[in-house]
Amino acid sequence: MAEERINAEQVQHVAGLAKLEFTADELGTFTGQLEKIIGMFEELSAVDTTDVPATMRLDDDTNRLGQANMRPDKAVKSDEALRQALLKNAPETANGLIKVPAIIDESGDGE
Amino acid sequence: MNYFDQDLTSLHADLVAKKISAVDLAKATFENLRAVDPQLGAFLNLNEEAVLKQAADIDAKGIDPDKLMAGIPVAVKDNIMTKDLTTTAASKMLEHFVPVYDATVVEKMRANDAVIIGKNNMDEFAMGGSTENSAFKVTRNPWDVSRVPGGSSGGSAVAVASGQVPVAFGSDTGGSIRQPASFNGVVGMKPTYGRVSRWGLIAFGSSLDQIGPLTRSVKDNAAALNMIAGYDQHDGTSSKQTVPDFTAGLDGNVKGMKIALPKEYMDKGIDPKVREVIENAVKQFEALGATVEEVSLPHSRYGVAAYYIIASSEASSNLQRFDGIRYGFRAEDVKNLEDVYVRSRSEGFGDEVKRRIMLGTFSLSAGYYDAYFHKAGQVRTLIINDFKKVFEDYDLILGPVAPTPAFKIGDEISDPITMYMNDVLTIPVNLAGLPGMSVPAGFADGLPVGLQLIGKPFDESTLYKAGYAFEQATDVHKQTPEVGGAN
Repeated sequence: MAEERINAEQVQHVAGLAKLEFTADELGTFTGQLEKIIGMFEELSAVDTTDVPATMRLDDDTNRLGQANMRPDKAVKSDEALRQALLKNAPETANGLIKVPAIIDESGDGE
Repeated sequence: MNYFDQDLTSLHADLVAKKISAVDLAKATFENLRAVDPQLGAFLNLNEEAVLKQAADIDAKGIDPDKLMAGIPVAVKDNIMTKDLTTTAASKMLEHFVPVYDATVVEKMRANDAVIIGKNNMDEFAMGGSTENSAFKVTRNPWDVSRVPGGSSGGSAVAVASGQVPVAFGSDTGGSIRQPASFNGVVGMKPTYGRVSRWGLIAFGSSLDQIGPLTRSVKDNAAALNMIAGYDQHDGTSSKQTVPDFTAGLDGNVKGMKIALPKEYMDKGIDPKVREVIENAVKQFEALGATVEEVSLPHSRYGVAAYYIIASSEASSNLQRFDGIRYGFRAEDVKNLEDVYVRSRSEGFGDEVKRRIMLGTFSLSAGYYDAYFHKAGQVRTLIINDFKKVFEDYDLILGPVAPTPAFKIGDEISDPITMYMNDVLTIPVNLAGLPGMSVPAGFADGLPVGLQLIGKPFDESTLYKAGYAFEQATDVHKQTPEVGGAN
């Protein structure tokens, strides 16, 4: 693993992937903290994991992913009251639909 | 009224005998809550109007003698969805979010006529171990209000410990039921992964999360788990294993039980006063006829690193849904769609949530996936195998829940690694999907210390049996805290 675990430029890059942004101050704090935490992650490199399979989820005999455990895929009828309740949680609505800002940038700054 | 002198059995008897009505019980609960909770901050929002109506309906049809929970006031952590009742996960992101459906566990509570008094404060999105990461309020430990209640189910633990409700429901991804149970002197159960449906639990680490009960006694805890356990077609990871009656077999008899004490759980990183409480618990179990022997869980020390990779990776994926479009917080004055995503997330999430999203995104990103995420999954396998080996020879594992009792508010919040290390003894249990329970075991300088019991998959019954025997042999659970208790 690299000498320098993570720098501010990489933190910026990861923030971009995660759809987050940081001020210059925050970037400094986060870079320092992430550096330390990732350093802690590197303890794992001391563990011999040759031929050890990775566990990504837990299941037992009764809930192993597969047809047997899947509920039938069928449409459930909704109603107007539910639609209204859902729309109440939307930040902005118009004509019974969820409103979002223009997808094409209208700021004119070319970004 | 407070709930120090009653348990579910006696409350149920009073309700069935009409010594008290469900409405009177609900009213008395709110009255006590209004006197006690301003000092503690266990609740984020209350459900008073709907509760009084529900309680009146329950009284009108009569308390069903077969429904132990009928008319019983309960509290629910605010990351568990309650239809028509604001559910925030203690995040600015969901400050005004009103679910359109109930979590399966909440459906079960309603079907059993349990009365949901309100929603408990927590660390934002269940990320933290002190409840200090709540976007809305500070929750204080009733045994010493200058100290944290633990977390992330801090509000739920405090609501029970201070006698505001007899039962609360929390969630545990890395210790979030057991650690606050330990810090507050209550019983907290993290069931086997798959035992309880996660449908309607706001997802954090989907391969780790479980909902479980917090109560003042072991028997009440078993009864509360009876209510929420079982397969659910809405959660493909819920198990079809038979659900036993968890209150059966609570007879105080642990003769011949084989208990393992991992040496890694009693090493120098554990506060000597905590260690002393656990050593006394070991003697207690031996006096009751159980055998306790030292074992090793050699990979448990790598649990924290593996966990913070896995849980953060799962969180970074789960939390992608918060984009400011369909629900939740949307930033003001945004000029395009990218802006909606970035600014809403940056302004809506707190620092700890951002840290986890960043750690997870990093661990899953090109060039780092194998070294971090995959490696953590391999170490997880080794941790699971350590437990399997011990359970070939033993019925359960015993140790502390947390390395220390409750710490001071403000002491650790600026140091993420110190905070993460508080979970060192609880995390391996989540990684392996095992049941784990905290039972009040004693005090260190007046602060509660919990005993952790860890069981084989789907063997919560043995934990309850052992926990009950220990509880009945001591008077630890009879102590009451400074706020809400004593007088």
